[in-house]
Amino acid sequence: MTDLTQLNLADARDGLAKKEFSAVELTQAHIDRVAASAALNAYVLETPEKALDMAAASDAKIAAGEARPLEGLPIGVKDLFCTKDVRTTACSNILGDFTPPYESTVTQNLWADGAVMLGKLNNDEFAMGSSNETSRFGPVVNPWKTGDTQLVPGGSSGGSSAAVAARLGIAATATDTGGSIRQPAAFTGTVGLKPTYGRCSRWGIVAFASSLDQAGPITHTVRDAAMMLNSMASFDKRDTTSVERDVPDYEAALTGNIKGLRVGIPQEYRVDNMPAEIEKLWQQGIEWLKAAGAEIVDVSLPHTKYALPAYYIIAPAEASSNLARYDGVRYGARQQGVDIDDMYAQTRAAGFGDEVKRRVMIGTYALSAGYYDAYYVKALQVRRLIAEDFTKAYEKCDVLLTPTTPSAAFELGKNVEDPLEMYLNDVFTVTVNLAGLPGISVPAGLDASGLPLGLQLIGKAFGEEELLRTAAVLEEATGFDAQPQDWWSA
Amino acid sequence: MAEKNNLISGATGDWEIVLGLEVHAQIDSNAKLFSGASTEFGAEPNAQVSLVDAAMPGMLPVINWFCVEQAVRTGLGLKAQINNYSVFDRKNYFYPDLPQGYQISQFQQPIVGTGAIEIDLADGEVKEIGIERLHLEQDAGKSLHDQHPNMSYVDLNRSGVALMEIVSDPDMRSAAEAQAYVKKLRAILRYLGTCDGNMEQGSLRADVNVSVRKPGDPLGTRCEIKNVNSIRFIGQAIEYEARRQVDLIEDGGTVEQQTRLFDPKSGETRAMRSKEEAHDYRYFPDPDLLPLEFTQEFVDEIAKDLPELPDDKKARFINDYGLTPYDAGVLVGEAENAAFFEAAAEGQDPKAVANMVIGSVFAGLNKADLDIGDSPVSAAQVGQLVGLIADDTVSGRSAKEVFELMFEDGPDQGKDPAVIIEEKGLKQVTDTGAIEAAVDEVIAANPDKVAQAKERPKMAGWFVGQVMQATGGKANPQAVNQLVLSKLGLD
Amino acid sequence: MSVDEKMVRRIANLARIGVTDDEVPALAKELSAIIGFVEQLSELDTDGVKPLTSAVDAKIRGREDVVTDGGYAEDVLANAPEKDDAYFAVPKVVE
Repeated sequence: MTDLTQLNLADARDGLAKKEFSAVELTQAHIDRVAASAALNAYVLETPEKALDMAAASDAKIAAGEARPLEGLPIGVKDLFCTKDVRTTACSNILGDFTPPYESTVTQNLWADGAVMLGKLNNDEFAMGSSNETSRFGPVVNPWKTGDTQLVPGGSSGGSSAAVAARLGIAATATDTGGSIRQPAAFTGTVGLKPTYGRCSRWGIVAFASSLDQAGPITHTVRDAAMMLNSMASFDKRDTTSVERDVPDYEAALTGNIKGLRVGIPQEYRVDNMPAEIEKLWQQGIEWLKAAGAEIVDVSLPHTKYALPAYYIIAPAEASSNLARYDGVRYGARQQGVDIDDMYAQTRAAGFGDEVKRRVMIGTYALSAGYYDAYYVKALQVRRLIAEDFTKAYEKCDVLLTPTTPSAAFELGKNVEDPLEMYLNDVFTVTVNLAGLPGISVPAGLDASGLPLGLQLIGKAFGEEELLRTAAVLEEATGFDAQPQDWWSA
Repeated sequence: MAEKNNLISGATGDWEIVLGLEVHAQIDSNAKLFSGASTEFGAEPNAQVSLVDAAMPGMLPVINWFCVEQAVRTGLGLKAQINNYSVFDRKNYFYPDLPQGYQISQFQQPIVGTGAIEIDLADGEVKEIGIERLHLEQDAGKSLHDQHPNMSYVDLNRSGVALMEIVSDPDMRSAAEAQAYVKKLRAILRYLGTCDGNMEQGSLRADVNVSVRKPGDPLGTRCEIKNVNSIRFIGQAIEYEARRQVDLIEDGGTVEQQTRLFDPKSGETRAMRSKEEAHDYRYFPDPDLLPLEFTQEFVDEIAKDLPELPDDKKARFINDYGLTPYDAGVLVGEAENAAFFEAAAEGQDPKAVANMVIGSVFAGLNKADLDIGDSPVSAAQVGQLVGLIADDTVSGRSAKEVFELMFEDGPDQGKDPAVIIEEKGLKQVTDTGAIEAAVDEVIAANPDKVAQAKERPKMAGWFVGQVMQATGGKANPQAVNQLVLSKLGLD
Repeated sequence: MSVDEKMVRRIANLARIGVTDDEVPALAKELSAIIGFVEQLSELDTDGVKPLTSAVDAKIRGREDVVTDGGYAEDVLANAPEKDDAYFAVPKVVE
């Protein structure tokens, strides 16, 4: 039998349908591989028994001819998604062994469509980070490496990107607040889709910054991303920011035809010190889309440079409030204190890592009396200008093409001491969150040292069909099929 | 202009009290403001808590639209500006019974803007108290500090219950005015059905802002007395706090702006120990909730069904029924009382009905500690009894007895007054022959008294009393009086 | 604007994050660097620009006034670090 972990989601679905293998076999292959891949630290909790139970149920469904869209397909879940009776920590010490008595809407949708849960995936603590080095469970290691140098898998969904790249799950759920799906996808040669804000329910996902957070998949292919989004997306009455809108068949949108599509190239994304390789790859992307019949248009997003500073006010401000519930009263790890305020201070000092503390404090500062207008309101005004930049650009084009990141994956530990340097990773992705738009990173090539690089496509609000269609054409043109060499299996 | 009688005197002269109230009124709703958990009072601890109320990770608020309606209804009842666009903000602070670490409230853009309430003062004057705003917010849970020597216990049943915070202008100048304001506000809320006004259960609580100044001076520094939960305590707290501030200033001190607690046992206020560092609540728009928007039609629809409010009802009682402002005021204090009166007054003399409702019904209920809804005597029966007095079927004196019998029997027996009069033989005697016989009998039996009466005509009253007694109170008193006078030759 | 040590203590206290004396100088430096970075925003003239709080173009939805939730105190208390009977228990609060 071929190695079942080499299959992508669509192929595995077809194989199951043709009964070439069973869901239990497919799942067991992944469980075994996960068990042998501890060196990557991608999973923070493995749930093999649950996975096999779910797979067996899927086999029964398939046998009965009642297969659902993701029947029997084993995936990993970012530890930001609450999973009923399965420990959920957002990779923060402060959550202790929190075991939710509820299931997030997005994961519930996936299980309802037959997907199988392999376990919970590592991420930056509370999704705050761009390298997956702030997790309480330690850093995730990128399966890609240069020589002996260990690299970060990107963040915050580093467990998700590493797991998919290392084939420790056919797909993974992830979340994206400033680039946390797309940047790790770019660093690992995988596809990462951040849907429009409001497309997927946020109910049951540990909140980082409520007005920016959005769930999406990390997958091997654009088709797989479409399949995952078909299930993950839904209108949810329990999240009033989820949009009441039918979920189209995203897979059916992949027609391969983008003739006449207007692709905008935002000049402001040519940032200083951008590596020539990335510039070159971007140019290559333009050529590929042009060759596929798209029309290339130069557009301007004049406020791009202000997106990161605005983001680093808005996201921490919301986070400072969202994380106030971690107080050691109702759940999580409490530290003893001499009185109630001391208990809070000790609990939060011990429970939060350095990056989370920094952001909570920055957010607290930005909202505090005397600074609110200068920082928070100002950032929201800039947010509007950024959103309006996109509105204007979309008068001239249908999708935008940009690099996903300003560099390939970097060395573990390289930016840990310098938060600002770390923040710059999100320079191309963060505008999309501020404007609430969908974006996708597609692996487009390798750099000189053999590391994957990604190109990002940005769509109109709820323009996921067009976005995915374009991404699939780009994916086809790149011919990208590189895989990391397995150095980690035990 | 300071009203002289409201001033309190100190060593350095008279002082004026300035009062503003923030009333927290629990919205009468089945479910909480942002979750589907019940608001029922008195459940087991944490039994009425949803995952949202407990602020579990990833939980999101969804607004209960009925609570929005209730806030709009209240705003209309306060003749206030309704804002078709308002915003929910987060008020950030840490407290064990505040699960989210923030309270969802409305800060810069509340659902209801300025309005006014008229209060009735003791001298019959009416004073208008400005309403600054009304906003929607979540209640916190309950902390119990007295169950364990070194722990506090937290029950989240109240967490997330919908409140309206109704903020007055600093228009009140005495404890009595503040009390009248709360009573009036409570009556309006009850009329509207937006809050049950039950202060014992915490459905209505007031934060009282107190400051003092020399008449004509600018406003003094205020202290806020938190969560005072009865009208009597509001009065006591204000009296104490105003006196404390006057004494403090006159002793050369200055009033510090602070939050204080009222202790009903001692009747004193004291500064709270837990200080919110300079009250930096870091309000910002709640990103989990879109702005609260509704159409003018939505407001108009609610306005259409607004009930008659206490002021309008009082005016109508005075105009249509000819009641005194005092009686009308007493009757409209509770919507149920007013309705009882109106039902009883149907086809009867309204003033006589008002007297019986206030004098007999309310007094009886008060004594028996019953609500008007549980009155053993129905409104119809009160009306019948008033009618039976008016047509001389029963004397006023016997009517009292009839009323008491009906009250004791209770609604189960439900005997109408006519039946009781018949059964007990309380029918008024208007037959002059029978009365005359009784009068003659009394006169014949008391020749000495007759002699005295000739000297002192006031003695006639004694004869009337004797006759009434002899007839068991059933004789028509006017007829007895007339006959006694004529037989004694005093007319 | 830089964040001085006094400000670090103030915001740490507001955020209820215990900081030791040793940590304060480093935090002041890090937070100042971040604030310095975001201060580029002041270059932009945003007079008259309405703040954008949400990117979602939708209207608020409400729920009906029906009791649909609660009644599971055990679940609510299941993860509590300390509880007594059906109450959460915390170090005593003095009001």
